[in-house]
Amino acid sequence: MAELNAIEIRNVSKIFGFGEFAFAAVDKASVSIRQNEFFTLLGPSGCGKTTLLRLIAGFEFPTSGDIMLNGENIAAMPPFKRPVNTVFQSYALFPHMTVADNIGFGLTMLGRPKQEVRDRVAAMLRLVRMEALAGRRTSQISGGQQQRVALARALAPQPKVLLLDEPLSALDYKLRKDMQIELKRLQAETGITFIFVTHDQEEALTMSDRIAVMSSGKILQVGNPREIYDAPTDRFVADFIGETNFLKGRIKSVADGVADVDTPVAGRISATVPQDFHAEGEVTVVLRPEHAMLCPPDQPAACQMTGTLENVVYFGTDTHYHVRLSDGETLFTLREQNKPLQSARFAEGDRVGIALEANAARVLRN
Amino acid sequence: MPDAAGTIEAEKSRDIRKRWLLSLPALLIILLAASGPLLIVLVYSFLTPGPYGDVQWLPSLEGWISVVMEKDIFDGTFSIADAHVSIFVRSVVLSLVTTILTLLAGFPTAYFIATRPERTRELWLFLITIPFWTNLLIRTFAILEIIRNEGLINGLLLKFDLISGPIQMLFTDGAILTGMVYVYLPLMVLPLYASMEKLDFRLVEAGYDLYATPFKVLRKIVIPLVKPGIIAGSILVFIPALGAYVTPSILGGGKNLMLGNLIELQFGQGRNWPLGSALSITLMLIVMVALLAYVRNAGSQGSRHG
Repeated sequence: MAELNAIEIRNVSKIFGFGEFAFAAVDKASVSIRQNEFFTLLGPSGCGKTTLLRLIAGFEFPTSGDIMLNGENIAAMPPFKRPVNTVFQSYALFPHMTVADNIGFGLTMLGRPKQEVRDRVAAMLRLVRMEALAGRRTSQISGGQQQRVALARALAPQPKVLLLDEPLSALDYKLRKDMQIELKRLQAETGITFIFVTHDQEEALTMSDRIAVMSSGKILQVGNPREIYDAPTDRFVADFIGETNFLKGRIKSVADGVADVDTPVAGRISATVPQDFHAEGEVTVVLRPEHAMLCPPDQPAACQMTGTLENVVYFGTDTHYHVRLSDGETLFTLREQNKPLQSARFAEGDRVGIALEANAARVLRN
Repeated sequence: MPDAAGTIEAEKSRDIRKRWLLSLPALLIILLAASGPLLIVLVYSFLTPGPYGDVQWLPSLEGWISVVMEKDIFDGTFSIADAHVSIFVRSVVLSLVTTILTLLAGFPTAYFIATRPERTRELWLFLITIPFWTNLLIRTFAILEIIRNEGLINGLLLKFDLISGPIQMLFTDGAILTGMVYVYLPLMVLPLYASMEKLDFRLVEAGYDLYATPFKVLRKIVIPLVKPGIIAGSILVFIPALGAYVTPSILGGGKNLMLGNLIELQFGQGRNWPLGSALSITLMLIVMVALLAYVRNAGSQGSRHG
């Protein structure tokens, strides 16, 4: 028998307001989150990711659809009955309690014996390395420490699923990097399913087992970080994650999931077609900037495209080139890693060619 | 030539002088209209009553003794003044019950307003203040009109044959309580609202998330966090309720006296100004004790948060 999914969102919609002001914060979303998974809901602000998280936590109830937790429908269950805990964006620590009382709150509310609560609080303080601050008020500790307390408080009752609502957004860069590693460690040590909400694509790519990209209340694509980055099927996903070049073209033929696309600026390109997608007519092809190279324009065999180099930006590890293609409209971005002591091969204003790596291009669904 | 620090210092002290000057009118009013009369009351309480009211300038402790004792007119011995003690007890009990009832009614009201969308909150607060538009006396007579034997409630009950004779509601402690709860409710709601408005409702959500039932969230999170508002509201209701005069005199009918009525009696029909003064100061002392308890409570609250 296959293992039950930790969370299953089945065709869930959440509509705020009535009549002409009605607005679907979550629009017929369906996704399955596996046991012990670090799952990320990624999207720009207002895309519905936080609403979806609040639906799972029970702070909002879906207008329609089911939310299954280990096979049980919890869509109508009040939040205090759900074995799910939340780390809030603002931490929401109780200001009138000590660090230890905050961490023990959930267990106390569950009616666990005092000794068990004490032991568990001590274990949690050890887990987040905050033993020394147990007796402090939450107003007397730093933002990073508050973050740890919020994590310990949510983990203490051993929830089936831990929900994290942009928990790192208030921290400075260095602390955020540390907490990212810390979160991965905690997830591995506790074996609890994490559902993490963020608008930071880098954070999502580095931390997640799988990512769901959301926009306007819809889940556009679910996959592991590599799939999301390398094989975006949707224009929004391709644009939101990393830098991307879009080329218009017309399908000539499709064979074995690879389409022969005729583009006005780059001629014939072989591009991978998403599964279950019947590609025909006008399509958009995406190309990542690091999957292209500059080449001398006088070698037509190697270069698919030519254009004028408009802009060179040095980034330390690599250099970004912005090339105005021969149609005079499209600005193509490409990125080359810098080699030691190598001087720039091309200068702004030069005519350049662009060579594409094999299998780099992909056809989008829309 | 003065140095920069000296110039700043001089500028600062001139600024402070200017502010004192600006607050002078208020200070004069406080000095003349509050402290002055209070001093007179204090002096009067140690004098001898005159035959037609007023005081005679003969020092005497009789006013103070009469606060709780009464002199037998035949043998001159003192015994506990049951009437005064029962008025003290009634005043404190009625004020406490008023405070509790306004708290019970005001807490959900304030919570309701604080959880409305920001735009509509002002409207709700405005509605709360509507009773202040009409004179207290008129509002109290309106209550009298509703609860008297020939009034609205008894009239309706009789008309529908639900009772055989009118229920005596007027001139009871219950009538005084009804009037006071009505009058002082806004004084409870406003400070409660002020502290609930500052309440971070994400903490309420965090409570729900950590398995606290709605009742537990109220007890463990909401009440501890709005405690300053509860204390402020209770003080604002308890103190004026203790000295209430209009409500008990109209709805209590002179039979169920409270401290305010007793004091008025001494300055009027009783012609015993020293006793009236001593009673007034006793009332002030009760209030001061209540305030001290408040300050201590609020102080410990502050240090715990600090």
